[in-house]
Amino acid sequence: MIQCKTSKAIGGMGHSLKRKEDDRFIQGKGNYVDDIKLPGMLYMDIVRSPYAYAKILKIDSEAAMKVPGVVAVITGKDLAQYNLHWMPTLMSDTQMVLPTDTVMYQAQEVCAVIATSRYAARDGREAVRVEYEKMKPVIDPYKALDPGAPVLRTDKEGKKDNHIWNWKVGDKEKTDKVFETADVVVKQQMHIPRIHVASIETCGCVADYDKVKHHLTMYMTTQAPHAIRTVIALVAGHVGLSEERIRVVSPDIGGGFGGKVPVYPGYVIAIAVSFLVGKPVKWIEDRTENLQADSFARDYHITAEMAGTKDGKILATRFKVLADHGYTDASANPSKFNTGLFSIATGSYDYGTSFMEADAVYTNKPPGGVAYRCSFRVTEAVHAIERITDRFALAVGKDPAELRMQNFIKKEDFPWKSPTGWTYDSGDYHAGLQKAMDAIDYAGLRKEQAEKRKKGELMGIGISTFTEIVGAGPSKDFDILGIKMFDSAEIRVHPTGKAIARFGTKSQGQGHETTYAQIIAEELGIPAENIQIEEGDTDTAPYGLGTYASRSTPTAGAAAAVAARKLRDKARKIAAYLLEVSEDDLEWEPGKFSVKGAPEKSKTIQEIVFASYTNHPQGMEAGFEAVHYYDPPNLTFPSGAYICVVDVDKETGAINVRRFVAIDDCGHIINPMIVQGQVHGGLTQGIAPAMYEELIYDEDGNILNGTLMDYLVPTAVESPKWETGHTVTPSPHHPIGAKGVGESPTVGAPPAIANAIVDALSPYGITHLDIPITPFKVWKALQEKGVK
Amino acid sequence: MIAQSFQYESPGTIQEAISLLQKYGDDAKILSGGHSLLPMMKLRLASPEYLIDINNIPGLSHINEDNGVVKIGGLTRESEVEHSDLLKKYFPIFGDVTKLIADPQVRNRGTVGGNLAHGDAANDHPAVMMAVNATVMATGPDGEREIPIDEFFFGFYQTALQPTDILTEIRIPIPPKGTGSAYHKLERKVGDYATAGVAVQLTLDANGNCSNIGIGLTNVNPIPLRAARSEEVLKGKPLTEENIALAAQYASEDCSPSADLRGSVEYKRAMVGVLVKRMIHKAVERAKA
Repeated sequence: MIQCKTSKAIGGMGHSLKRKEDDRFIQGKGNYVDDIKLPGMLYMDIVRSPYAYAKILKIDSEAAMKVPGVVAVITGKDLAQYNLHWMPTLMSDTQMVLPTDTVMYQAQEVCAVIATSRYAARDGREAVRVEYEKMKPVIDPYKALDPGAPVLRTDKEGKKDNHIWNWKVGDKEKTDKVFETADVVVKQQMHIPRIHVASIETCGCVADYDKVKHHLTMYMTTQAPHAIRTVIALVAGHVGLSEERIRVVSPDIGGGFGGKVPVYPGYVIAIAVSFLVGKPVKWIEDRTENLQADSFARDYHITAEMAGTKDGKILATRFKVLADHGYTDASANPSKFNTGLFSIATGSYDYGTSFMEADAVYTNKPPGGVAYRCSFRVTEAVHAIERITDRFALAVGKDPAELRMQNFIKKEDFPWKSPTGWTYDSGDYHAGLQKAMDAIDYAGLRKEQAEKRKKGELMGIGISTFTEIVGAGPSKDFDILGIKMFDSAEIRVHPTGKAIARFGTKSQGQGHETTYAQIIAEELGIPAENIQIEEGDTDTAPYGLGTYASRSTPTAGAAAAVAARKLRDKARKIAAYLLEVSEDDLEWEPGKFSVKGAPEKSKTIQEIVFASYTNHPQGMEAGFEAVHYYDPPNLTFPSGAYICVVDVDKETGAINVRRFVAIDDCGHIINPMIVQGQVHGGLTQGIAPAMYEELIYDEDGNILNGTLMDYLVPTAVESPKWETGHTVTPSPHHPIGAKGVGESPTVGAPPAIANAIVDALSPYGITHLDIPITPFKVWKALQEKGVK
Repeated sequence: MIAQSFQYESPGTIQEAISLLQKYGDDAKILSGGHSLLPMMKLRLASPEYLIDINNIPGLSHINEDNGVVKIGGLTRESEVEHSDLLKKYFPIFGDVTKLIADPQVRNRGTVGGNLAHGDAANDHPAVMMAVNATVMATGPDGEREIPIDEFFFGFYQTALQPTDILTEIRIPIPPKGTGSAYHKLERKVGDYATAGVAVQLTLDANGNCSNIGIGLTNVNPIPLRAARSEEVLKGKPLTEENIALAAQYASEDCSPSADLRGSVEYKRAMVGVLVKRMIHKAVERAKA
C-alpha cells in the first residue's frame, strides 16, 4: 500500500484522484487543433510523391486552379524565393520543406494546395498533375553502405556516400579481450522494426499570421511548444518572424508518443502561406498521410553479443548497430546523443565491460526516428540486452530467472557506475523479479510447461528485467539545438488560497492537470482540486522543453515541488509574523503551520496566502508566487520485472498471451490510478511491435501497409489482461523521489513477449525470432524445423 | 472522410430506389451499411456521383421463419444477426461469423446484404451462405427473382446483381435435426480480413454418417469458393479422421490464395486444411448436442 502524507481532501501524492481533464474529454468538449476555426480561414492539402526516389520534371497546377475554391498551389520553387524550402532537423541535419527538383521518399510533400474548404483543397490535390522521372531507390540500409551505392544526399556538398555518423562508447580493447577468453559467447543479429506512433489524433496546425501586427499565432499538435517557437524563429527569422512575434499554442493533444516532437514540412508550409496571404491556414493530415510520411521510430539492426562463464556469470557485452534513418536524420534526440541513450544496453546486470558502436545511414524512406514512448532508443537497447541475456541463459543451460538473479546489480551497490558511463541512481532488481515470480507462480508455470512439452504442446515463459533511463536531462550533457533540457513550473496562489500553475511541458494524455496539482497539494497543502494547471501556450507558460521521454515528472514535476517549497518558506515567514513567534518555533503539517507545543495556535495555508495580499510583513514582497527552472543533477533510472506466458498453436502459429505480470518501480508514485493507466497503455504499445506492428517497404520503396487496415495497431481485443504491481525505490536525487513511468512498459514488454514465444519454440531448436512475431512467422519457423 | 462531392438520394420505397438506379445507371451506388463503400470513397477508390441510401425503405430489415425457411432482410445489421435467437436456434454458424466481422461499432451499422452484394471474397458471409446453401433475393425493374448462392458470385467484386437490382432478402433452408455448423477465420487482429476462413454446415444421419455437408472458404480464392471436392468426399460417408483429412487436403489444394502480408500461399493453403478439420469437428459436436 502507498502511504499518503496528505488527507484525501487535500489529495496530495499517493491518492488515486480522478483525472481532472477527463470531464471535458468524456463529454466531447476537448479542444483539439482541428476544432479551431478562425474567420477567413483557408485549408491546405498536400500532394505527395508516389515514388521513393524521382526527379520532378513538371508540376502542372492548371486543372487544380480551376477547381472551385482553390486559391493557390504552392511549390518548392515558390518557397525558395523566401529561402523557406529547407529547414534544419533537431539533429542538425537538413530536410526539404518542399522539393525544388527531387523527391527522396514515398509520400514526401511535393506541393501544397490552398483552398477555401477542406473538400476543395482535396479536390485540388487530386487535380494536380506531376511528371516524375523515376530513379532506382536505396532501400536496404546495408546496401546503402556499398561502395557502388548511389549517393542520395547530393544536396550536401562533397557527400560521397550514404553514411551519416559513427558513434561508439565503452572500452573496446578490454571488452574484446574478455570475449577472446570467455567460456561462453553468444551472438544474435536482430532487427527492431520500423514502427509508427499512430496516435489517434494526426498532426496538424492552424497558422494565423496577422499582417498588421506582424504576429504569428501557431496552433499546432506539438509536445514541445516553446522549443517549436524557438525553431520557427530560427527558420523564419529572416522574413521577420522574430521570437517575440510568435505565439505557439498547443491545445488538447490526442496522443503524441514522440511523434509530435519534430517539425514536419506541413507546419512550415502553412506558416509560409499564412505569412504570404495574411489569412489563417489550417492543415490537418489524414490517417494515411500520418502513417506514411510522419517520423517513424526504431529501425535499428543490432548485432548483440554476450560473453560469460559457463556457470552463468555475465562478463561482457558488445553491440553493433546499423541505424536506418531514411532520407534525413530527423531523430528527436538530445543534440550530443545521436544514438539517444542506447548505451543503457548494458542492462540491469553487474559486469565489468561493454563496447557499443553504431553507424547511421540514409535510405529512400521517410525520415526519423522519433523516441516512440521511449527515452531515446532505450526500447532498442532493452530488447537487445534482454534477448541476448536469454540466449546466454539457454547456452549455459540455466533458467533465465535464475541467471538474472545471479547477475543483477545488488541493491546496496547503488549508485552504480555502468561500463558506458551512467550512474544508476537506485534500484532493487532482486525484489522486483521475485515479486513478479511470486505473482505469476513461476515455479508452477515451469512445471506445467514441462508436462505440456511431453505432450508436444507449446507453452513459453518470457522474462524482461529492464532498466530505463529517463528525465533528460542534466544541462551539462543534455540540450536540444543548444537549449538545455531543464523544465519549469510557475505557481501563483490567488488571495483566496486557490492556485494556477503553469508548466513548460505539454500533456498529450498523461494527466498533468491532475498529477502536477497533486505535487503542489503535497507540498503546500492546498487541495489539488483548487489548483488549476495550464500548459501549452508560450505567451503564458514558462519556457520548457516539453513532454516526451518520460521527462515531465522528473523535470517539471521536480520544478513544481521546488517552486512550492519556495512558497512554503515564504508561508513560514508570514505565519511567524501572524502568530508572533519565531520561524523556528513553527511546525508544518500539510496545509498548516502551528506553534510547537501549542497546536491550537496555527495558521492555515489559505490564511497565510490571504495575508500575503492583505497583511504581509513590512519589507516582504507582496503576493504568493514562485517560479522554478529545474536542472536535474542526474537522470532517473526506473526499472521493471515483466513475465509473460504464451501458448502457441502448433498448427496455425497463433500466439495467445495467456498472462502478463508487470512489476514496475518508478520510485514514489504520485497517482496510482494514473500510473496503472500509463502502464496498461504502455504494455499495449509494447505488445504492438512484439506481435503486430511494422512499417514494411518493398524494394522500390513502396510502403506495403500504409493504412490501419494493414498497419496493425492492437485493440482491447488483442490486449491480454495486464496484471500490474510495483516496488518503490525512490530516486535519491529527485525532490519527490519520483522517476517517471510512461515509457517503462513500452520498453520492457517487447522482449518479455519475444522471450516467451522463443521459449515456447525452443524445444525445436529455435533460438530467436525478430519482432513482430506473427503467426505466419512462427509457422514458417516450425516448418523449417520440420515440425508437423 | 474527404470524399469527392456526390448527390445524396434517400428513396422511401423499393420502386423509387429502382427508378433512381435506372435513371443514374453506373454513376449511382447503393448505400446500405456503408462499411465497404465509404472507406473506398474516403480513399477515392470509388467516386460515385449519386448515393442512393436505402436505409429509409421499410421492409428490408428482419429475421423470421417462414415455411421451413429463415428469411434475413438485406438491410439487417450484423449485430441483429449476432443476437438473433432464431438464428442461434438453427444456425450457430451466424454467431461464429458475426463475432469475427470487424468490431461492434461496425456491426451495428454493417448489413448482411451489403456484405454479400459487395462481392468481395474477403468478406465472411459469402462462405457462410455457401455452407448453409442460401438463396439471394434480388428486386429489379421486372420484380423479384431468386439467385442460388452458387450462381451469385461471378468475379472480382462481381455478382449476379444487375446495376438496377437491390438485394432485398437472403433465404436459408432450415436444416433437419442432427445438423451442426461452425465458422472460423484466422485474422491478424480484430477487424482484419481473413488470412483464411472456413464455414461448414453438416447433417448427421441416424448412423452417424454425414448425410449432407456444405463447406465455404473465405479469402483464399479470387471469388468466394465452395470446397466442392471436399464436400463430395464426405457426403453420405462416415466422418472418419481419414475422410476428414482428405476433405481438408482437397480444400487446401482447390483454393487459390495469393501471398500478402498475412502469409504465403503455402501458409494459407495449410491453414485452410487446419480449419476444415477443426470446423468439421466443431460442427459434428454441435450436431450431436
